[in-house]
Order: sequence, then C-alpha cells, then structure tokens
Amino acid sequence: MKLLQILIDGFAISSLYGVGAIGFTLIFGVSGVLNLSHGAIMVTAAVAAWAAAGTLGLGPYGGAGAGVLASVAMSFATYLLVVRPIQTSKRIPREEKEIFVLTGTLLWGIMLQEAIAYLFTSNPKTVLPLIPGVISIAGIRTPSQEIVTAVLSWTAIGALWLLVNRTRVGKVLLAASINPRGLTLLGFELPTIYLYVWGLYGVLAGIAGVLLGSFLGVSSDNVGQLTASAFSIVVLGGLGSVTGSLVGAYVVGYLETITAYLISPSIRTIPVLLLLVVVVYLRPQGLLGRR
Amino acid sequence: MSNTKTFAIAAIVVVALACLPFGVSGYVLGLLTLAYYFGVFAMSWDLLFGFAGEVNFGPSFLIGLGAYTAGMLNHYAHMPIWGCVILGSLASVIGGLLLAIPALRLSGPYFGLTTLVAVLLLQNVIVLFAGWTGGEIGLDLPDVLSIDDRNNYWISLAFMTISGAILFGLSRSAVGLILQASGQDAIQAGALGFNVTKHKLAAFCVSALFSGLAGAMLIFYEGTASPGTVVDIGVGVQVIIAAVLGGRRTILGAALGAIFLIVAGEILRPLGEISTFIVSAVALAVILFFPGGFLGTLLHRGAR
Repeated sequence: MKLLQILIDGFAISSLYGVGAIGFTLIFGVSGVLNLSHGAIMVTAAVAAWAAAGTLGLGPYGGAGAGVLASVAMSFATYLLVVRPIQTSKRIPREEKEIFVLTGTLLWGIMLQEAIAYLFTSNPKTVLPLIPGVISIAGIRTPSQEIVTAVLSWTAIGALWLLVNRTRVGKVLLAASINPRGLTLLGFELPTIYLYVWGLYGVLAGIAGVLLGSFLGVSSDNVGQLTASAFSIVVLGGLGSVTGSLVGAYVVGYLETITAYLISPSIRTIPVLLLLVVVVYLRPQGLLGRR
Repeated sequence: MSNTKTFAIAAIVVVALACLPFGVSGYVLGLLTLAYYFGVFAMSWDLLFGFAGEVNFGPSFLIGLGAYTAGMLNHYAHMPIWGCVILGSLASVIGGLLLAIPALRLSGPYFGLTTLVAVLLLQNVIVLFAGWTGGEIGLDLPDVLSIDDRNNYWISLAFMTISGAILFGLSRSAVGLILQASGQDAIQAGALGFNVTKHKLAAFCVSALFSGLAGAMLIFYEGTASPGTVVDIGVGVQVIIAAVLGGRRTILGAALGAIFLIVAGEILRPLGEISTFIVSAVALAVILFFPGGFLGTLLHRGAR
C-alpha cells in the first residue's frame, strides 16, 4: 500500500522536477549559463497563473496559458537585461564572466522574488487544478492533478525530444551545445540561437512552475529552494546532459518521497545532499555527464 | 595607487571611524558593528576568489562552523569567550581543509558546487539536531563580548582593521602574487615551479580562519547563534554580492561593499518589502555598468 503510494507520488513529483531541470540544463548545455534566477522564473509563472485564473477570471486553462506566457517573457528579460550585457561586456575579463553571470542572475532572481512578494504578498498560492477531483488507482486515492502533472510533464519532455532530434532548429541547438564556434563558421548567428534556447527554457520553466503551483502550491519564499533543487538535480545527472537531468530528477524525486514516507518529512532533502556529495567527489561530471 | 598612499588613506578612515561613537547614536553603532563583521566575511571570500580564482559558494559554511563550534563550547562547556573563539576558528580551518583537499581537485563550477552542498548539509544538520543546536530558533549564549555599544563597536572596528591589514598584506605579498598567477593560469604557474594546489590550500585555510573567527565574534556580539545569521545560503550570497560590489581583487573593497549593503538595507527598511528589491537592483546595476565595483572603478579612474 505504502509502496504503491510512494510509486505514484514519486512519479508525479519526479516528472515535475524533470521538466524544471531540463530547461535549466538546456541553457547550460547550449550557452554555458547557470541561471540562478530559475526558481524565481518558476514562481513568476505560478503566481501569474494564479492571478490570471482567480483575480482576472480566466479559468484554469487561461491561467495556465498566462503563466507560461509570463515565464517566457521573464526568461527573455533575464537573457536580454542581465545575461547578454554581461556576456558582451568588454570590461569583464573572460575568465570572470561565469561568476558575473551567477551573481547577476542571482540578484535578478532576488529582485523578482521581492517584486512578487511586494505585489502579491508571500503567502502560499495554489493554482487552480486543470482537472479537479480525486481518483483511485488500485485503491490509492490520488488527486487527478497528480496524473495531469505527470502526463503534461512527459508531453513537454516528449515534445522537446522531437524538437531537438527531428527539426532543423533542434539540430542547430544540438550543434551549438557541441561546438558553438563551428556553428558560427557555418553562418549561424549565436545570439539568435541563444534567443531560441531562452524561449524554449521559458516554456519549460513556465510549465513546471504552473504545475508545481497546482500540485504543491508555491510562495515567493520558495525561490531559493527551487533553484537549489534544480541545481542539485542537474549536477547529479551531469551538467548539460538532458537525459542525465531526467535521471537525476527521478533519483531526487523518489529519494525524497521515500525518505518522507518511510523516515520523516523533516529530513526529506538530506539523503539527496549526501548523494550529491558522493557523486561530486567520485564522479564530478555527474551520472551521465560528459567532460 | 602606491602603498604609502593606501596606508595613509586607510589610516585616516580608521581614525575617523574610531571617533564615530562620540557623535552618533547606539543604533547606528550597532548597525556598523554588524557591518564590520560582514566586512571580514567579504574580505576573506575575496582572498579566495579574487586571488586564488576559486569561487566559494559556501562562505557561510566556514562562518557557521566557526560560529557554532564557539557557541556550543560556550553554551555547554562554559568555556571563556577567547577560548571559544580560538577553537571555533580552528574548527573552521579543519572543516575548510576537509572540504578543500578533495574539492580542489575539481575544477570550474564543481568546486563551487561542493562548497554550496556543504552549506546545505551544515544547515540541515543544525536543524536536525535541534535539541543540541537550538535549531532554527538559535542557541543562546551565556556570555557576550560586551554590553556596551561603544565597546562592541570598537572591538569590531579593531577586528576588521587588523584582519583587513593582514589579508591585504597577504594579497600584496609574494604569496599573493603566486596565488593570483595560479588563479589566472594554473598550468603556467605550475610550470614556473610553484605548487599551485598547496598555495590554494593555504589561501583556503587563511580564508577559513578569518571567516570562522569573524563568525565566532559575531555570535558573541549578538549573544545568540542562529542559522539565519551565520549559516543560511542567504548570508553567503550577501557576502559574495558585497565582495563583487566593492570590487573584487581589492580586499579592502569587499569591506566597503559589505558596509554599503548592510547600511543601505537598513536605510531602506522603512520602505518594507521593496527595500531588498532596491538594494539588489542597485547591486545588479553596479555589476552590469561598473564591473570593477566601487574600489575597482575608483582605482581605475585614479590610474588614468
């Protein structure tokens, strides 16, 4: 009984983690940017969905759409206002760009977090579920939203897979992650490619944010935790590896669920951290990362 | 800027700051006392980042380790403050070594990552053993440095001045040059015959020593140790922002950045929740438009 419960809950939360982390790893893989405003963008999506569905009366579907739109807009803003100015700045030495991007996106994330707290308060918000109600799977009462979460997450992941492997844009993205200079020699504009990636990232982070909001509820206080968990998942799986991030998401999701159910919810994140330490020491490139 | 000129300016500033207690209220003094301890955190971080080129995402691991070791010794063993502070900073150095020896073999983001995980673990351990450590609420300490605002202020000012002088001196010494070379091009520095890892490890130890020392002093000033003030990721983030804001590779700039962050946060406090927004926006603007930071930009102007 408990085992089945763990299987179901773990699957839903893991697939949600997966969508969130894939966007994060995609940007790192293609442009080498670790976006520390990730959590803030997810929360922006959830709060926008909450406000649009409730206050503006657009209903759950309109709200979800508004959430994803907000996330895409915020993603472009992050890139154009923070990341690109740092990348193109001539006054920042090349070897220090990394720490500047980290600090810059971190500050940007704090700004978003505070702006959300100021405009919408930091109370937890639960987004209207797309399909309300509870259904029973083999005797386990499961909220329908959990199934919606898993299905939508995997749809998004599948769509991304098709995009990367079956379309021209996807092939260009893949090429950019392998050899950006070679790509520029073929006449592709890297800034345009980066815009695509950030757009894609916005969609993924938006879906993850809205689903998270309807599944567990979010508040602007979760921003740091969300960024940290995406970061650990991605490192566990291997920075820049999409498959690795998915594996990482499932490892983290199930490890947390098992700990919460069998030991105590209060130490939910500790086994993940310990595993992370072991992986970073023994295999710093992550489970499926490339060097 | 020549060394004598730097020394003269620094001396004037310190003397001026030392005279402040005769003119301003206890409230302002309390604020600056806190800011000076933060200044030491930021300077220690800058030694590691600006000179050794290693991004330590977990300054609050070192700070918290020193602070909690000292705090627990005082709370349970009733050891005098000076003993607690010494053992606290020692614990911080040992913890730092345990973290750095394996972590320094890693390169790039992985080093930073390990340090980040260390903070999260420390925080979890403190919360998990709440019966011993006081958990989120914190550990109250039987002893405090002083109950007088002025004395506390002078202690922290003296502490920051001495730490700053040592760290700055170190950064300008031959060792500092080797560190800087290792940070910029580790392979070439190694080819010149310098033991890069050994120097970086030494830098980490010094950074850990001052972080732990400052962390331990801070909790004896506040009379309580809690994760929110010495361990939380937010503390580490503030240290990093302060150092980058003040001007990396300047050591002294890091202290300026820390004082600015704390004072600006306090001045804007009446605005409520939006104050953090404004401070972050200013910090972001400085990073985008004046990447050298306060002191870096100033020195650059002076050089031209």
